[in-house]
Amino acid sequence: MVDIAFLLNGDAVRLADTSPTRTLLDWLREERGLTGTKEGCNEGDCGACTVMVTGSDGKSRALNACILFLPQLHGKSVRTVEGIAGPKGQLHPVQEAMVTHHGSQCGFCTPGFVVSMAVAHKSGASNFDDQLAGNLCRCTGYAPIIRAAEAAQGAPVPDWMEDTPPADLASPQPFAPQSSDELAAWYLENPDATLIAGATDVGLWVTKSLRNLDKVAFLNQCADLARISVTSKEIRIGAGVTMTDVETLMQDHHPAFAEMIRRYGSVQVRNAATIGGNIANGSPIGDGPPALIALGARLILRKGRDRREIALEDFFIEYGKQDRAAGEFVEAISIPRQADTLKVYKLSKRFDQDISAVCGAFNVIVEDDKITGARIAFGGMAGTPKRASHVEAALIGHAWSQATIESAMTHMREDFDPMTDMRASADYRMVAAENMLMRCFLEEQGQTVSVLQVQS
Amino acid sequence: MSVAKPLPHDASVLHVSGEARYIDDIPAPAGTLHLAFGTSSIARGKITKMDIEAVRGASGVVAVLTCNDLPGANDVSPSIHDEPLLADGQVHYLGQPLFLVVAKSHLAARKAARLADVQYDALPAILTIEQAMAADSRFEEGPRVYEKGDIEAALKSAPQMVEGTIEIGGQEHFYLEGQAALALPQEGGDMIVHSSTQHPTEIQHKVAEALNVPMHAVRVETRRMGGGFGGKESQGNALAVATAVAASLTGHACKMRYDRDDDMMITGKRHDFRIAYRAGVDPDGKILGVEFTHWARCGWAQDLSLPVADRAMLHADNAYHLPAARITSHRLRTNTQSATAFRGFGGPQGMLGIERVMDHIAHKLGLDPLEVRRRNYYRAAKAGTGKAAATPQLTPYHMPVEDFILHEMTDALAESANYAERRRAIAEWNARNPVLKKGIALTPVKFGISFTLTHLNQAGALVHVYQDGSVHLNHGGTEMGQGLFQKVAQVAAARFAISPELIKITATDTAKVPNTSATAASSGTDLNGMAVKAACDTIRERMADFLAAEHQVKAGEVRFADGQVHVGGSTYSFAEAAKRAYEGRVSLSATGFYKTPKVAWDRIKGRGRPFFYFAYGASVTEVVIDRLTGENRILRTDILHDAGATLNPAIDIGQIEGGYVQGAGWLTTEELVWDDQGRLRTHAPSTYKIPATSDRPKVFNLRLWDAENREETIYRSKAVGEPPLMHGISAFLALSDAIAACGSAYPCLDAPATPERILSAIRRIEEPR
Repeated sequence: MVDIAFLLNGDAVRLADTSPTRTLLDWLREERGLTGTKEGCNEGDCGACTVMVTGSDGKSRALNACILFLPQLHGKSVRTVEGIAGPKGQLHPVQEAMVTHHGSQCGFCTPGFVVSMAVAHKSGASNFDDQLAGNLCRCTGYAPIIRAAEAAQGAPVPDWMEDTPPADLASPQPFAPQSSDELAAWYLENPDATLIAGATDVGLWVTKSLRNLDKVAFLNQCADLARISVTSKEIRIGAGVTMTDVETLMQDHHPAFAEMIRRYGSVQVRNAATIGGNIANGSPIGDGPPALIALGARLILRKGRDRREIALEDFFIEYGKQDRAAGEFVEAISIPRQADTLKVYKLSKRFDQDISAVCGAFNVIVEDDKITGARIAFGGMAGTPKRASHVEAALIGHAWSQATIESAMTHMREDFDPMTDMRASADYRMVAAENMLMRCFLEEQGQTVSVLQVQS
Repeated sequence: MSVAKPLPHDASVLHVSGEARYIDDIPAPAGTLHLAFGTSSIARGKITKMDIEAVRGASGVVAVLTCNDLPGANDVSPSIHDEPLLADGQVHYLGQPLFLVVAKSHLAARKAARLADVQYDALPAILTIEQAMAADSRFEEGPRVYEKGDIEAALKSAPQMVEGTIEIGGQEHFYLEGQAALALPQEGGDMIVHSSTQHPTEIQHKVAEALNVPMHAVRVETRRMGGGFGGKESQGNALAVATAVAASLTGHACKMRYDRDDDMMITGKRHDFRIAYRAGVDPDGKILGVEFTHWARCGWAQDLSLPVADRAMLHADNAYHLPAARITSHRLRTNTQSATAFRGFGGPQGMLGIERVMDHIAHKLGLDPLEVRRRNYYRAAKAGTGKAAATPQLTPYHMPVEDFILHEMTDALAESANYAERRRAIAEWNARNPVLKKGIALTPVKFGISFTLTHLNQAGALVHVYQDGSVHLNHGGTEMGQGLFQKVAQVAAARFAISPELIKITATDTAKVPNTSATAASSGTDLNGMAVKAACDTIRERMADFLAAEHQVKAGEVRFADGQVHVGGSTYSFAEAAKRAYEGRVSLSATGFYKTPKVAWDRIKGRGRPFFYFAYGASVTEVVIDRLTGENRILRTDILHDAGATLNPAIDIGQIEGGYVQGAGWLTTEELVWDDQGRLRTHAPSTYKIPATSDRPKVFNLRLWDAENREETIYRSKAVGEPPLMHGISAFLALSDAIAACGSAYPCLDAPATPERILSAIRRIEEPR
């Protein structure tokens, strides 16, 4: 039972004796009677519960309240749809525009859209398809909502949208360590605890699996875990860096990775999800690991004062099993600096905010028309994210040609024996993975290979 | 006039501010209890043991009810009493409610519901069409057959035959607001139920049966739904009955809302279909006769499956004259969720069947598919309102098509969308691009308007004018986002010639207007607009009679215009006129009633006039696909849609844009997957993918065909709820067209066209590399 302090629609809130896994959504609706924020899916996929959270850095972010635990808000400011309108009920420009442009029909998704739009409006973003990819609407077909977002673009940000989060409050909670040292010591003592960073996965253990998590630690106050450092040798990303920040970082270094992250979850999910969480949960369909493995990333694991470094692919032993000891946690990921040759292909039923059926990452080095290096990794093809070693071997040392590619494609079946599930059949996964290698070659040859690049 | 104005949705300001209340937002009384169902974990079998002690003992649990604890009928079926609220010993699908948990919180109820120990004698589940056919597991005694002409002779003599099969997936409604109900017990055993339903009267009826009380003891109120799409026509019954029963037994208010996963596991979806076709055609692609066989997986209970499957048959012709036709429809009983109403109500599936045939004919004969469509169109109606086609051609159900306007609409759309030139340009583009291929398709929609169960085509309204001139408006229709309330308020404002702001739109309430039909079949505005018009006109006439007498003029000389009432030489504001009438002891409250004329239909014989009129439209979609992965995008869509003389162009356009995207979603990314145990594997938005914002067409041009309905509907408008969904068929056939560019055979694409199905179709027709 904890003490949590934050601003809610401009008013200070202090909570004691709250379960650490009480979600913001339930608390808003059940305790505060703020029913504008809706529950659409209770798993972070529909955006009806979107709220704006402003951190001590002054940046406002859209987050899904349904999988946001109250302790994650400590020291921050929250605005719900009720706080997007002014104190006297004045409509925000995005609200005005939604009315004028007929952006609501049933109205149930509308508060979530309004908050996402208001956050985008505040930051000046205009890539609305990306900004609103995490908000589902079943009525309008989205066109009027996008028209509303565009119409509101130029309007000044209302002054009530500026929040100053409460001054840095000491956090007495034992489960919200302030540094990785503190976390390491605590976790050594409490190896059975659940570590919660963005809660985009653990949140579902609570809202869907209905698990009681007795012992938890919130990592979002470990400032050093959220650090990025770029040297001439490596890009080192703390485990607590959000996918939003990884995306920004990768735009400069490996744009294909950044482009894939653009489609990873949604704005709301990427604002919460961390690279460390994406790796540590060991999912075979997490989208971070294939690209990181293809880049030759190394994982830094920490237990107490001890650190060890392993190749990322070695972390994933088998489905549900990782090379992580009790009390050990993912501290950082290190990507060696290299010339960018990375290509990443994410394949899913829906382009945005969908879990990959197959995610392929290709880092093929060609010198003088000869393949001198290849690191190829896939998600969705095995029980873990995994390298295509036979395919790599069939490429290295050979001419960079269609014949080489066609021959290498046939080795995919030696590397993988994928499964059939609701996302894709084994056969489709295999053929698509083979074809991704061909796409990688054709793209290098200058052909248009992405439907996203085509216009009417 | 307030009609035809693009006024915003009446609740738009409440929507954007978060003030609009849905069921779960209604402040509930202290002590409100929360409900959850415990559900079955197998698809078919007999319950041998149901130990709920752990459920009863769980934290926060107040009561646990089984089928033996119910005070009245254990049934939530909208049709034939075959749908127990709580399983009575037999399990018919995986996810079926077995027992009801009543607890102090939503979370406590959900947690407790998972604690039961249930044992079963499992039986082999009937899941697929093959299994159902083998077991003759069906609704009705055998297949329904509608027939016209001599189909055997037509097929025998046809110079060309086109044959094939298409699999058409179902669709989850994914209304953003899940199913919900709140029951408030009243004195003397009465019950008030707030329900997220398209059919308050059905809720009232089922709750009364369950409580064993007359319908007058139950009042149902629905202010709005967070989306319905047909999914709240019957699927809210279980929650409303559960809350009312629990409220009656405990004396506390009871609320129930499904968590999204529960909602998807428990409730019905759009029927999936298999359609086989044999079409005989002449060398020009003109159809001589078609034989269709429909197989619909209806799930475990009958629900609305018969009229759904009927409507699929009634749209097997779409826009095309079929000189001879036979449509055979198998309504299969399977151990899956009971498939239910979904926007289009079977029409979309039937229509996709014939559109596939058109496409297949064009491919086989090497003709432009649009040309084949035009050649098969029904004969055009004569120009001018009310006049029928010279000699109207008959549908396969023997109804003359008197109002066919697709010839001119198709010409207009083909021209504005530049169809012919783009088709050529796409062929050239495809020749240059080995990996990506484009495709284009223009498809028409002709959708029949009216409930096929004729007695449902009625509506009532209740209108009060207060002495200050403000108006209270109520009718039997429900608001699910489609803008019904706004359109009907505009009708009322027009009748009184006052500003729509003077009209108070109120929640649908079974105590104000009784015996209502579901807001369904696109009929909401047609029926309720007319009923409201009748009520308003009654009051207006009374006011006019009174003022005319006062001024010694004829009632016909009293004029309502621009918020004023002109009589003799005097002019009153509407409020003054209302006050005078009140003081003159004139009743300013009236009911209104409407029944659709002309409809008469025999669903067993397959003959008659099921529809008052048809709504039309056409769309062109251009897509691009990736032959390496099957990934695809909609690049451009142009739609021309017939909403008659629109009551509100903004709202109608909203229905068309939204309908298109929902229809395209049905046929592309939205895939329902059951495993071989009958467990739905796509039961949340993480695995079931409705379109996201970037899935809408990049270029989206939409126009209304603004011409009056030939039939006398409310201000000569046309129903617009369902028909636009079927424009999504053009996206599907554009994908098929793009696939066809990868080889020479016909792609025979199944729906939904996920990347996987597209790649699989490409591989079937691709020349070896």
